[in-house]
Formats: sequence, C-alpha cells, structure tokens
Amino acid sequence: MHVSVVGGGPSGLYLAILLRKTGHEVSVVERNAPDATFGWGVVFSEETLGALRDADYPTYLEITDSFARWTSIDIHYRGRVLRSSGHTFSAIRRTHLLAILQRRARALGASLTFHQEVTPSDVDGDLVVAADGANSVLRRQFDFGSSSVPQGCKYVWFGTDLVLDAFTFVFKETEHGLFQVHAYPFDEHTSTWIVETTEPTWRRAGLDTMSEEDSMAFCQSLFAAELGDHRLMSNKSIWLDFPLVRNEHWHHGNVVLIGDAAHTAHFSIGSGTKLAMEDAIALANALERGSVESALVDYELERQPVVERFQQAAGDSAAYFGRVASYVDLAPIQFAANLLTRSGRISHANLMQRDPKFVRVLDSWFAASATGTPLLPGAVAPPPMFAPLRVGGTTLRNRVVRSVSTPDLVDAARAGAGLVLTGFVAVAQDGRTTPDCPVLDDSWAPVVKEVHDTGALVGVRLGHAGRRGATRPAGGVDVPLRDGWPLLSASALPYTPFSVVPAEMSDTDMARVRDDFVAAAGRARGAGFDALELDLADGYLLASFLSPLTNRRTDEYGTEPLRFPLSVVDAVRSAWPGLLVARLTAADWARGGLSVEQGIAHARALASRGVDLIHVRAGHTTATSRPEYRRGYLTTLSDRVRNEAGVPTLVGGYLTTPDEVNTVIAAGRADLCLFDPLPTPLEEVGA
Amino acid sequence: MKVGVGLPNTLPGVSGEVLVEWARRADAGPFGTLGVLDRLVYDSIEPFAALSAAAAVTSRVRLATNIAIGPLRSPAMLAKHALSVDALSDGRFTLGVGVGARRDDYEAAGVAHGRRGAVLSEQLAYLRGTLDDSGVGPARPPIELLVGGSSGAALTRMARYGDGYAHGGGPPRAFASAATKARAAWRDLERPGEPRLWGQGYFAFGDPDRGSAYLVDYYAFTGPFAEKIAAGNLTSARAVRDFVRGYEAEGCDELILYPTVASLDDLDRLAEAVS
Repeated sequence: MHVSVVGGGPSGLYLAILLRKTGHEVSVVERNAPDATFGWGVVFSEETLGALRDADYPTYLEITDSFARWTSIDIHYRGRVLRSSGHTFSAIRRTHLLAILQRRARALGASLTFHQEVTPSDVDGDLVVAADGANSVLRRQFDFGSSSVPQGCKYVWFGTDLVLDAFTFVFKETEHGLFQVHAYPFDEHTSTWIVETTEPTWRRAGLDTMSEEDSMAFCQSLFAAELGDHRLMSNKSIWLDFPLVRNEHWHHGNVVLIGDAAHTAHFSIGSGTKLAMEDAIALANALERGSVESALVDYELERQPVVERFQQAAGDSAAYFGRVASYVDLAPIQFAANLLTRSGRISHANLMQRDPKFVRVLDSWFAASATGTPLLPGAVAPPPMFAPLRVGGTTLRNRVVRSVSTPDLVDAARAGAGLVLTGFVAVAQDGRTTPDCPVLDDSWAPVVKEVHDTGALVGVRLGHAGRRGATRPAGGVDVPLRDGWPLLSASALPYTPFSVVPAEMSDTDMARVRDDFVAAAGRARGAGFDALELDLADGYLLASFLSPLTNRRTDEYGTEPLRFPLSVVDAVRSAWPGLLVARLTAADWARGGLSVEQGIAHARALASRGVDLIHVRAGHTTATSRPEYRRGYLTTLSDRVRNEAGVPTLVGGYLTTPDEVNTVIAAGRADLCLFDPLPTPLEEVGA
Repeated sequence: MKVGVGLPNTLPGVSGEVLVEWARRADAGPFGTLGVLDRLVYDSIEPFAALSAAAAVTSRVRLATNIAIGPLRSPAMLAKHALSVDALSDGRFTLGVGVGARRDDYEAAGVAHGRRGAVLSEQLAYLRGTLDDSGVGPARPPIELLVGGSSGAALTRMARYGDGYAHGGGPPRAFASAATKARAAWRDLERPGEPRLWGQGYFAFGDPDRGSAYLVDYYAFTGPFAEKIAAGNLTSARAVRDFVRGYEAEGCDELILYPTVASLDDLDRLAEAVS
C-alpha cells in the first residue's frame, strides 16, 4: 500500500516509521524546513509512555534518553514557592524529537520531502494522512464537521536559559491584572517559558500593540525576580490564541486526520504531542487488522472517546486559567490544591497517592482553618469532607449535606450527613407543587428532634411553586392536575405548553406571599429547624422574578428583578435568626436567559441582605433549558459564585463519591456538598 | 439485567411468517422483551403493527418500541397505538419514544423537523396528562414510558416525563456515560428512585457481512458514522456475552439485541448465547 502523509510533525513522522515497519510505502511531505521550530520543548505530563516503547523500541530509547524528567510542580504565588511532588513529567526539545523521528523514518526507507507546499489535488495514495496540524490545509477539502475556535487566554511561547527542576507555575499580579507562567525544562540548557494572561489584561498592558522585542522585554522585566540573570529567548514568539480543533468525523474516503489536524487539547494539560503520537499508533495498528476502510473506522472508534476525555479536561484547565485571578485570595495550600485539581483528572485521592505530605498538610490546614486553630507541625486531620463548617452562627459537624424526602431525613442524618435538608416544602397550600407536597405546618417538631438526636442539623427548604404548582404527584413532574388551583408567577407565562397559565402577581399577592414566607419562617423556628433554605431556583415563584425569560413586567418589579425576592429575603431574615440559605439559579442555561455573571450578581445581593450560604443551582427556569449533565456539572458554577461573589456555597450536581466531595471542598469550589451516594449491594453484605 | 431481542421489523423484505415465528420463539426463549425500531422512509414494518402481530402469538414476553419516533404521529394517534398494543398484549407493552435522527422521515410525515424536540415534549405531556380526559381509549393502567436522546434537553425531557431512559446503542462505556447523565438528570428533576435504563446492540452470527451491510445501509444517512455502528455488530456468542456483561456492570436494566439478518438460526444461537 502507498501512504501519503502530509505534514512532518511528530504524528506524521511517527506514523511513517510504524507503517514502514509493516512494509508499506510511505512518503511524507512537509512545507517547512526539517529543523524549523515552532515553540521550544514539548512536555509529556502524567503519562507513562509504554505505548511508544511497544510501538517502536529504538525511537523510544532515543527519545527517553533525551528526556528531561522531573517529578515536582513549583507554584510561585504571593511571593512564595510551594512545591508538590510525586508527579510524572518529561519533556524534549521539539527539534530534537523531530530529528530522531526523521532519522528513523529515513533509515526505514520512508521518503521525506521538505520545503514543499501541498495542494490537496496533488496528493494521492491508497491512504492519505492529513498530519498537517491545527490549520490543516488538507482538512478543508472535505466536510469533516470541523470547527476551530479560540480557547482560553492569550499566550506566548518563549525559551529561557534558566534550567528549571520542576514544572513551574508563576502567578504575578500587576497593575494591569494577573499574568501566569507555565514553564518546564526540556534539556540541560533550556526551559520552555509560556506567559499567559486574559485578553483584557493583555490589552491594558498594551501588549496588543507592542512589537515582538518590546513584548519580550516586558515579560523579561515582569519575571525578573524568577528569571534572575537568565534571559528569555524568542522564536517567532508572538502572542497567540489557542485554537480548539474538533472534527465530527476523522476520515473521509481514504483521507484520515491525525494529531492536531484531528483535535487539539489546550497546552496547559501538556498532552498534545502524546495524543498525536498515540493517534499514529492506533492508526498503524488498525491498518494491520484489516482493510483501509475498516481500519479508519476502528481508528476513529478507538481514539475519539480518548480524545474527548482529554479535550474535556483541557477545556476545564483552559477555563481555570481564564479565571484564576478570582482565586488570589485563597490561602497558598488551597490555591495549590485548586490548581492541581483544575482539569478534573487529579482528585484529592490521586493527590494523596502522589504526594501524601501535600495532602496531610492540606487536610490539616483545612481542619485548622475550619476550627480557627493554628496549623501545627506534624498535624493530622480527617479529609476535608469531615471538617466542621461554621456558618451563619451555627456549626455543621461536616461538609456532607443530604436532601431527602421527609420520611428519610432521620436515616440520612444517622448515615453521617452534617446537615439534612427537606425536599420542597410549601409556605402555604397554594404554593404546593402537587397535592402531596408537604406544607410547613405545626407538625414538624418531632422529626426535627429526631434528627437532632443523631448530632446532625436539619434545614427546611421553603418555597412557593409559582407556575410549577398544581401538578400531579406521580408519573413525571410538571404534568398539570385535572382540577388544580390558581397559580401565580412574575408574569402570565405557563411553564410547559400544557401547564396552567399563572396570574401575574399583584401588589396584594406579593404582600400575602411575603407574609406566608414570614409566617412559615416563624413556624420553622418554632419547630426547631437549624437552617432555612429559601427556594429562589428552578423556576419556582421567587425565581420567576429573577430571569428575563419569566419576568416580562414593566413595573418596578420588572425593571428591578430583585425587588420582590429581596423583600421576601429581608422579611424572612428579620423573622429567622438561624442559618439562612438561598437556593439560587446561578444561570438559566437557556437562550436569552440569566447569565452566570448576573447569577453571581444576584448571589452578591443576597449575601448583602444577610443570606449566609448560597445553594448553587442552574437551569429549569424554563422547561426548555439545556443542562450539560455530567458528574459535578454544577461545580464550576459554585466555584465562580463562591470565589467571585465571596459567599459560602453548597453544591450538588450528582456528586456520588467521597473523593468528589473532598476534591470540591479542599479546592475551595464549595463549602458544602449535596451528596448522592450510589446504592450498592455491598451495603446489604455489610449490614 | 434482563436481555431482550429485537423483532426483525426494519430488515428489508422480512416476511410476516418469519416475524411471527420470531416472536413465538422469543416468547419461548430466555428473552425479557421483544423490541422494535421505527423508520418511515425505509423498507420496514410499522413498529406498532409488528408488535400487534407479536402480541397475538406470545403470552409472556414483554413488547417495546425502542424507540418509536414520536413526533411522526399526532399525540392522540401515538396514544391510540400504544394503548391498543398494551390492550392486545394484556399489559405487556413498554412505550419508548425519541425524536429519531432522520430528516426525510419528518418530510414524509409532513412534520416540521425543526420543532421535533418541542413536539416530543408536547406528546409526553399529553400521554402523562391530557390523554386521561381525551376519550381516546382503550383505557389502560399507566404504560411504562421510556425516552431517548443524548442532549441536555432530551435528558431533561426524559427525567420530566419518563419512567426511564432508552439509550441509542454503542459499546458499554458509551452506555455508562449516558447512564450517568440520565441518573444526574433524574436527580436534577428530583424524581424519586432511579430511572429505568435500557440499552441496545446489534448481532448477526450466520452471515455477519450481510448484517453489517444492512447497518451501513440503515444508517447511511449518518454519513461516516454508519461504518462505526456496523463495526459494533456482535458476530459471535463470545462478543454477545462480553457485551451483555459490560452492560450489566454499568447498571443497565434491560438490554435489547437487534438482529441485522432476519435469520431464525441467528435467533436460536442468540438464545443459546444469553441463556
């Protein structure tokens, strides 16, 4: 078989090597010179390179012999350096990697041509491989469902003669905003030094209009303390946007995409080259098994799920660096924990394996700061989910919250939760979701007492269903009752096409509902509840005022969406001395709906009126919202509310393991987690 | 987990005789459910008609659309079909619905493709509520309702109206990822318990190439994706057993295996493989 590879980067050359070994005829065409470089060293993070050893031992030896290797991550933050160890990194000069691969490919008899531009129509072969990078020319000739969009911050890739001995992050505050460095060694003389900042900071610093030399001088002086006598080196080092490349299909006829032409993953997780070379291995192996046609299908089936996971992690990492300025108030050890767990690939438990000292100090620091005691040398403490939380004048014994129906409250408390929350409890009969929906009447004192006997606290979630009221109790939600009761909302818009149209609330309605909330708060106090959670989420009555999708009023309650909800908060706050929680929609996840920034502003407003804790929710303002479900799908929102509005948060979002809870809490993404344990037969065995 | 088998209702040219004999043998075999797929612009038997035929010759096995393309039918007509099959089978019917994936089915049915999600939601609301007072019968106890789809909107729709989730097929790890999302959506809508989770796969033993050619043809509208689906065709007893184990480990409640060749021999071999 004759294979034409377009592009002489790591994926194209490595594929040429592997295909020559199985006897295929391979020609590689590259538009640049053999020693042309873009950037400096390439890093392989977190991964064992066993796949490279198995695929081609000679290049594996040469590559790994040239590797700079290290196991530490240094974090320069607030004038101090914090080191975490036990990680696995290696890096190599990019030109050196290419030289190794070129030599081997030539020795095996591949034809390599450089300085040659390729026009797609000139390429032929039984198989045509587009290995021509993120801006692939070859990719443009067919519909691969390609997209390429900028991701994350502005960044520039320098080299330096400062030889580091750790992966190094530098966070530097300036009058313009925060800059950060990602740096790592790649041979005995040189390190890669990537400077990154948000576009607004980049503009404020004037970097958008600076020459290449001036911009390097700017960075040299900005990091003078870290660089010392060493200098930055440019290699066409201009500020870039990282292109996030995706393709729905990776092959078309006999043309196949590999490496950056098929997919990119943000540089901050250091996986691009590894993914590219693994593509080559998967494709070469698939070609051994069958026809070109079935091989390309196999290749795509094998690689797409892997790449998707890396792209998800890379996206989370890129987004983290986009908002890292909001974390500069975190204590150094927590800042580090947040940084190390940013992409979701490393959890609290993984860190415990890699760097037990780091986690011992993290957990001890967390416990000490939770109880307001000093961190002592040699301190040990349970993981963060078991640290108490002082909030709103009360103390929770741990960070685990369970929200369950009333009959299960006591068991959830006995099962170890620090706080148990009721499901939706209506302030009055006409605020119920269904005829079976509990109302805050005078019957709650005994269950509160039973929970207290377990040592847990108990909170009641008080709400008015608004336009989601008067629905059937079983067989789905939001199915209207045959004979319901009249509904209220900010505006006269039904929740679903079949829902009853609610009445737009009048001043009288508002006064009455506010009184209902106050009266219910009084009964909650009388029953002995520790926490009162006001429901301003999920499209219920109070939430309906907060979103432009559901509040179309032209009066002052429309122009000031917070006006009525805040009047309820104020009234309840005066009647309720305990822990006051607001269950709040932080984003509508619907076109034309509330943005995260508006949600954060709402959280800030609620905190200023005496709300102690925000329970972060999203979506369901309308029945057509579009959540992106995955484990922890609300965590980033909680992180933003907590760190940008400066208010403690509770978050759920399908957190099913203690490790997820520990990671969220330790990293400062929330103060409390709603825990959804998965049922398992092991519990019956253990019982 | 229970394992079910598909009726060959979307295999071109299948005879009534084979379809009915298939149902008979499935009823006598180790299968929990007989499933059917739905396509309009294709050489296939209408799913409710196929299940009606199956209902007449079976007494034990459950019957399910997995899925029927809901929006191709009016809400009342969809309900009529579902209630009828449930009555004919004495309550053995499960209705799975989704929006399908083919634009030409919508064009042929005269239904706006752009509104398919909204129309499916309206149908589900109708089935769950309005139907009761509509006079559309026969009156039946509530029918188990599954909803398919992979977007956030589809999963929300499933959790709002469904009893469970009908996954569209793929290797166990793809099912696992979808199942996590379905469970998360279920919690998000504050439904009690867990959603029922249904999975599906394809098999052919005697003539796997013919089976895979059928899948490439059936899914041709998906472009290159058809080849990937065809690559997942289970062509040996061992592949079936691995697949079944994989789904079971991920918490699947009911896994339906669809034939890609209408061969009664293949059905017998499947029965042997899963019993």
